[in-house]
Amino acid sequence: MTAILEVKHLVKQYGKNRAVDGISFAIEAGTCFGLLGPNGAGKTTTIEMIEKVIVPDGGEILYKGRPRSSGFLEEVGIQFQETELLAFLTVRETLHTFGRLYQNAMDVDEAMALCDLTEVASQQNDNISGGQRQRLWLALALINQPDLLFLDEPSTGLDPNARLDLWQVIDTIKQQGRTIVLTTHYMEEAEKLCDEIAIMHKGRIIARDTPKKLISTYFNGITVTLPVDGLTKDMEKQYTVRRKTDGHMEIETNDANACLARLMDSGVDLTDISIRTPNLEDVFIHLTGKRLSPNSGQGPDQNKKKV
Amino acid sequence: MFERFWVMFIARNREFFRDRAGFGWNILFPFLLVAGFGVIFGAKEPSLYKIGVYPVSGPAPAIHHLDLPARFLHTRYLKFVGFQNLEAGMDKLRHHRIDFLVRAGQPPYPFWVSDTNPKGYLVERIFKASLVNDRDTADAVIKKQIQGRNIRYIDWLFPGILGMNMMFSALWGVGYVVVRYRKTGVLKRLMVTPLTAFEYLSAQLVSRLFIMIFSVCVVWIGCNLIFRFQVHGSYVSLFVIFLAGSLALSALGLLLASRGTSEEFVSGVLNFIAWPMMFLSEVWFSLEGAPAWVKAVARLFPLTHLLKAVRRIMNDGATLIDVGPELIILLLFAGVFLTVGAILFSWNR
Repeated sequence: MTAILEVKHLVKQYGKNRAVDGISFAIEAGTCFGLLGPNGAGKTTTIEMIEKVIVPDGGEILYKGRPRSSGFLEEVGIQFQETELLAFLTVRETLHTFGRLYQNAMDVDEAMALCDLTEVASQQNDNISGGQRQRLWLALALINQPDLLFLDEPSTGLDPNARLDLWQVIDTIKQQGRTIVLTTHYMEEAEKLCDEIAIMHKGRIIARDTPKKLISTYFNGITVTLPVDGLTKDMEKQYTVRRKTDGHMEIETNDANACLARLMDSGVDLTDISIRTPNLEDVFIHLTGKRLSPNSGQGPDQNKKKV
Repeated sequence: MFERFWVMFIARNREFFRDRAGFGWNILFPFLLVAGFGVIFGAKEPSLYKIGVYPVSGPAPAIHHLDLPARFLHTRYLKFVGFQNLEAGMDKLRHHRIDFLVRAGQPPYPFWVSDTNPKGYLVERIFKASLVNDRDTADAVIKKQIQGRNIRYIDWLFPGILGMNMMFSALWGVGYVVVRYRKTGVLKRLMVTPLTAFEYLSAQLVSRLFIMIFSVCVVWIGCNLIFRFQVHGSYVSLFVIFLAGSLALSALGLLLASRGTSEEFVSGVLNFIAWPMMFLSEVWFSLEGAPAWVKAVARLFPLTHLLKAVRRIMNDGATLIDVGPELIILLLFAGVFLTVGAILFSWNR
């Protein structure tokens, strides 16, 4: 497979702050590439340099093996985090207006059907729900049938249902074989949508692989969480145990059945016990000592299953 | 390229015509101004000087009840306001609500004027003159009538109000809108499409030209029904001059909006340009007799040249060749503003 996009030693400096610090990566055509990191990690600066919005201070960006030409913008679709749209236009007119800016525009009805906007077609573009607006931005990014699609934190601010709807649309776009570059600070989003992930921290890429490999590189098996007083000294010797501040402790194990059997044999009360598989948030915490998004509500605790 | 220009032109026009409040105000505002001035100046004898008289029981005394020299009472452009006592009259005089205060009764008449009020000084002269014998003045002067066409005040004022409306429409309709779109990220979104800055800016400019000419036509036709303007030149010449003026003013709007994301800042800059332009471009009053430097500053504003040309065509029947210098200056302004604006333009900063 050839790289549709290649970034080499990309640098952006704002005063004393090096927002992007010499990062390099290549994205294969037809894949979904995720830049995962907390706010301020340099994700948006990175993709806006690729999108020609920000001028890099150093490095090279190659699209289809060559420096980006004037035709680059004809072939890419872009969704920013927060932009307003031309005022007093309906959803249909907005898509029609943007479509006419391109040579190879998609049919407006087709775009609306793809992004589930048909029922709000004749509503003004500022008079629709947050989820609909996010899907309109996505439809605008798709209107020129792009080879490469940039989505900058597409589900930020959406409620869980709207987020699931959006993921479904993005999944459909993936099935069409388009290349997607996605930034997010939701590990769940990255895990669900991305084929490959680069974790960014302080302007650098600190890890890069498929979601599964990233997790398996740093974690083995599952984590069992139980009250501190539930563990015998014998068990403490046999497992890697981490004490948490909330009166619980975590046990890492490769064999969940054996671990639970031992706990039951030891007479541990299982009503307050939970087990979960490690996720990208754990990888991020492992690598940086910090959570991805303190307020995201997407931390490890969200992934727990009551036993 | 034309496709992209056209689609932006249509989008901007839709925005203008669908924004009912803004659209209504754009049309209504000049109507209200012209109608207001029609009422104020439509009366045969506008009161230019206000004379306070005491002791009088009512605020609007009948002239023949006032015990003052008849020649003073029958002087035109004077309005008499009654006061019960000196204190009430003095209070109004001190705050320039009246220009002159006099006690009715037998001579000698005590009167009060403010030294800082030029109108008071003139009323004092008029009052004193009215005490002089008729025969002396008749022998000393001969009154002659103005020869030729008499230009009604409303015919002089109307182009000024139209021009002022065009100026505000151009500066805010282009300048403010572009900065707002930059701030809210609309321009950033357009920046990552194949649309070029030239296509976008020319669409904004042409759309505003279309809107301004449309507004001028609507307001002109509407006001003409009421005031029956006397246009001595050709309407084609007027149209050409209005088009050139709109172009220069819109280009100025684009220049002022070429950078920046702060609506407050651009609003300040627009006001900083618009207010001196309004006062110095002879919208409301002539600069005849103003210091040379004031006239020189006035010549820096496109509106000055626009109004000069429109008034010459409308009031004096001038042709396009007669107003050639103004036309060329307006087009030069447009060229310079557009070039500098396009060079400085940024989508997102």
